[in-house]
Amino acid sequence: MHLMPLTKRAIAALLLVLAALLAPIAEASASEPLRPYRVGMTPAFLHNQHSMLAEWKIYLERKLQRPVVFIQRDSYRETMDLIDKGSLDFAWLCDYPYLALGKAVRLLAVASYQQKPLYRSYLIVPDKDTQTKSILDLKGKVFAYADPHSNTGYVVPRHALIAAGQDAGSYFQKTFFTWSHAKAIQAVASGLAEGAAVDSYVWDSLQKVDPKLVARTRIVWKSEEFGFPPIVAYHRVSQKDFDTFQQVLFGMHEDPAGRALLDKLNLDGFVAGEQRLYDGVVRMMRELGEL
Amino acid sequence: MLFNLSLRYKLPLLGAVLILATALALSASFLATSWDNLHKDMVKNSEDLGQTMARSLFTALLHDNVWQAFETISLPFKEDSESTLAESLIVLDAERRVFASSHPNEHRVTSELSSLGADFQTLDREIAANPEHPSLILESTIASHFFIAIPIAIAIASDNVRIGTLIVAHNKDQIRHRFDRSIRNAVWITLLILAVLLPVNWYWGGRMVAPLQLVTRRLSRINAGELTPLDPHLYPYRDEVGALYLAYRQMLDAMREKLALEQEVVKQEKMAAVGRLTASIAHEINNPLGGMLNSVSTLKRYGPADPLSQKTINLLERGLSQIRDTVAALLVEAKVTSRQLTAHDIDDVMLLVAPSAHKQNVEIDWETNFGDPLDLPSTPVRQLLINLVLNAIQAAGQHGHVTVRTGTGEGALSLVVENDGQVLSAEHQARLFEPFSSFSQHGNGLGLWICYQIVTQLRGAIRAETTSTLTRFVVALPLNPQGSSE
Repeated sequence: MHLMPLTKRAIAALLLVLAALLAPIAEASASEPLRPYRVGMTPAFLHNQHSMLAEWKIYLERKLQRPVVFIQRDSYRETMDLIDKGSLDFAWLCDYPYLALGKAVRLLAVASYQQKPLYRSYLIVPDKDTQTKSILDLKGKVFAYADPHSNTGYVVPRHALIAAGQDAGSYFQKTFFTWSHAKAIQAVASGLAEGAAVDSYVWDSLQKVDPKLVARTRIVWKSEEFGFPPIVAYHRVSQKDFDTFQQVLFGMHEDPAGRALLDKLNLDGFVAGEQRLYDGVVRMMRELGEL
Repeated sequence: MLFNLSLRYKLPLLGAVLILATALALSASFLATSWDNLHKDMVKNSEDLGQTMARSLFTALLHDNVWQAFETISLPFKEDSESTLAESLIVLDAERRVFASSHPNEHRVTSELSSLGADFQTLDREIAANPEHPSLILESTIASHFFIAIPIAIAIASDNVRIGTLIVAHNKDQIRHRFDRSIRNAVWITLLILAVLLPVNWYWGGRMVAPLQLVTRRLSRINAGELTPLDPHLYPYRDEVGALYLAYRQMLDAMREKLALEQEVVKQEKMAAVGRLTASIAHEINNPLGGMLNSVSTLKRYGPADPLSQKTINLLERGLSQIRDTVAALLVEAKVTSRQLTAHDIDDVMLLVAPSAHKQNVEIDWETNFGDPLDLPSTPVRQLLINLVLNAIQAAGQHGHVTVRTGTGEGALSLVVENDGQVLSAEHQARLFEPFSSFSQHGNGLGLWICYQIVTQLRGAIRAETTSTLTRFVVALPLNPQGSSE
């Protein structure tokens, strides 16, 4: 090698310039296959309807022109952790996790169920239990909670007990979590639990899917109405993505494929939600000292 | 009485009893094994199931996850199938309270094991008494509570820290139900086998006994004088029954022979008596007859010559001559010494009988076959043959046909004369060789008597046979008759 050091430096500089010129092109081609939307799914609805989820994913991908990945977790806590870590763009949550996450998420849409974006909590007991009239008849019984971060399956019954002056921690002889409303219904239907509080939407929907199972339970008490479990966007999701996703959801009830999916979900459609839909939940959580 | 029954029924009955006994014994042993296996399988399967589940239940218990435990233990009950191993699965916590049960309606969560019933009280005590036992098997003895029959307690333990117990409860009814199915199968198979074997047994019994029955019937009729033979094709095998058939046939043959011999002896004795009587009478007649003939001869020559006297004397002479001829014929004398018989003698006989045959238009076939002179006196044999052939010509009638065969063999000369005339009646045949028993219009009835006497004196045998169309006389004369006569 008898090249001059100057020449070497000139070549290096030239290469750098070239690299700088080519960089935007490389970047553009790299972003060509769009990053998929990661959508968290929770037991807020009948989340074991895998074929429905697969169809919904195809529907969303077609509408959004972008891949969609559903990320299912068995408990709200796991989904909440994923949001905290920024691993999800959107998520269908229960009221409690939505409120507990605070500013980490923005309300994107609320499902409209029976023409209202509302649902409630049912207190159910086995159909053989014909005596129980309220949660106050279940003292010393075995009680199933859906999820410690569930509004209708945990917050509502505990709030009801405290409102009645009972100690929610020792009121029942034994409590356990089933990690889903559908399983809470199963627990009551089988007799494992002598009572449970469940999502009215899940109970009503399951009645259509598995009427025999639901018939083994009896609704004792219905709570006031709360805002339907919301679909939220992570706070870092761009406004453009936010709007795109929202419009796709809002438009679902207007085209046949979307309608078919909504029928399977037992929903009317998705509407814009308001924070005050969840005021009831906020109040209860405050009273329970959890917010 | 059962033992007096015919073998026809006794053998198949015995066979049926044996078949039934075998079928029952086999079925019983099969069922016993089946019950044992069902029981063992159930215990083994329950233990395996329990051991497998105990591992996943450990975390459920540790995390107080009632739902997870319930999902685990209700897995085997997902479908309402009969094949479900256990009646129920129960998870107990360390204090032996129900943590979760596959049948929570029967075993409420948090209830004490001992509160679930008498069976469970025993189990509770056993588990408490054997905390280290890896797999406790307890069979319930309480009839009223048999639905929880064989609980198996499996310790959910890790590092020897026991945090709970899994009970696999069985209902004896389930095993019984499966066992009932085995019994039903066994009964059907047994019935099927019996349905095949019993008719086969009945058939073979019949086949085995039928030949015996036949022999028995025949034997019982022998005393009545019925000597019916058995067709050897009825039973061609060489076993005991075959031997019995053979023995029956041999016995029958022997009896027939004996009977024929007896009849022959009686006949011969009769003929001998008749012969002796005839001979003595002939002798008694012969002596005065000679004198009388001499006197008549003298009187004829020297007596009165008037025609009437001569005529009377001639009449006497002719009559006495006829008596002499007849007596002479009765006194057959075969033992007179004469030259040996040769083929020429047969030729002479052929010549001598030819005119008679010609007269009756009877055709005679001669089949003579001997060359050397035979050790037999020629005169009586010639007389014998002439008599037989003339007799045959007579019997054959106009345009009849007679066959004569002579031959030697086995130390004897055989003469066979047959004709195709009217066959002999049974009555005729019985008295054939008696004197004056002629059944024809010709002759004095002494021809066959003379033949019989000659044959008897030559120590031979003569017999008459008849077929449907032929009458045949068969004579056998032993060669060298001097050997037996001094």
